[in-house]
Amino acid sequence: MIWAAVLLASAGCFALKLAGWSVPAGMLERERLQRAAVLLPLPLLAALVVVQAFAGDRSLVLDARAAGLAVALVLVLLRAPFLLVVVAAAATAALLRAL
Amino acid sequence: MVRDAVGIGVAVGAYGLSFGAAAITAGLSTAQASALSLLVFTGASQFALVGVLGAGGSVVAAVAGALLLGSRNTLYAVRLSSLLPLRGPRRALAAQLTIDETTAMATAAPNPLSSTAFWATGMSVYVLWNLATLLGAIGAARLGDPAVLGLDAAVPAAFLALLAPQVRARRLLAVAVAGALVALVAVPLTPPGVPVLLAGLAVVPLLVRR
Repeated sequence: MIWAAVLLASAGCFALKLAGWSVPAGMLERERLQRAAVLLPLPLLAALVVVQAFAGDRSLVLDARAAGLAVALVLVLLRAPFLLVVVAAAATAALLRAL
Repeated sequence: MVRDAVGIGVAVGAYGLSFGAAAITAGLSTAQASALSLLVFTGASQFALVGVLGAGGSVVAAVAGALLLGSRNTLYAVRLSSLLPLRGPRRALAAQLTIDETTAMATAAPNPLSSTAFWATGMSVYVLWNLATLLGAIGAARLGDPAVLGLDAAVPAAFLALLAPQVRARRLLAVAVAGALVALVAVPLTPPGVPVLLAGLAVVPLLVRR
């Protein structure tokens, strides 16, 4: 099942890239379409943040992941580098669980 | 340009390490993590795919999320194709390298250098991304239980760090927050993976209003 997802996503993502190289100029220049494609990642990434941090088995839960995310949020606001944000979040959750 | 390239290299390395670890945390094998980086080669889509699969989502929901996030590469390709006229196998190769970083470097470079900027960035990001994925996956697989190490908390932090620089404008932040709220409401009501797709609807008000 995982391999099916890997291969489908591979084919689909490549097709999306190649399509942009292949369509005649002007076909994708419609302003609304452009805005949609530029804006779409924002709510999707935000949704992934909260789902990965708060989703349990068909429920919302508050656990060590939430504490990790809080630390990450502070570091992001301080414009810390990517790796520091990720490692600090993991370390926070790991520490809380070890207590 | 060189300083930009080094900055991109460091960022891609860090991001690739986290992706490799996230894929293992989500239950993928090292081979599957590497296949994603070799074949999909667009970070946010890969993270979304393993995130949904790790949460128990269906193949359809996982692939749909990856494709929605990958759709911006189509627009990048339109812009790049006007800068670099390519055909045949070179165009297919350029298509695979069409991502945030290569588009940014190619469009920022002065016109005679845009081709060099595109290929140099594309090749180095491809190699780094795949090496970092492999290292991250092997590391996470060696280290044992991802929850004990807090690796499951690293994934939302990675998404947040990726999102933050894109939502400095208040209007864009509002779209992101709306998406997060839609997803939170949907988590208890819909199967895993669907909340992320529904969040995409948050862009609709911005498209309708002029």
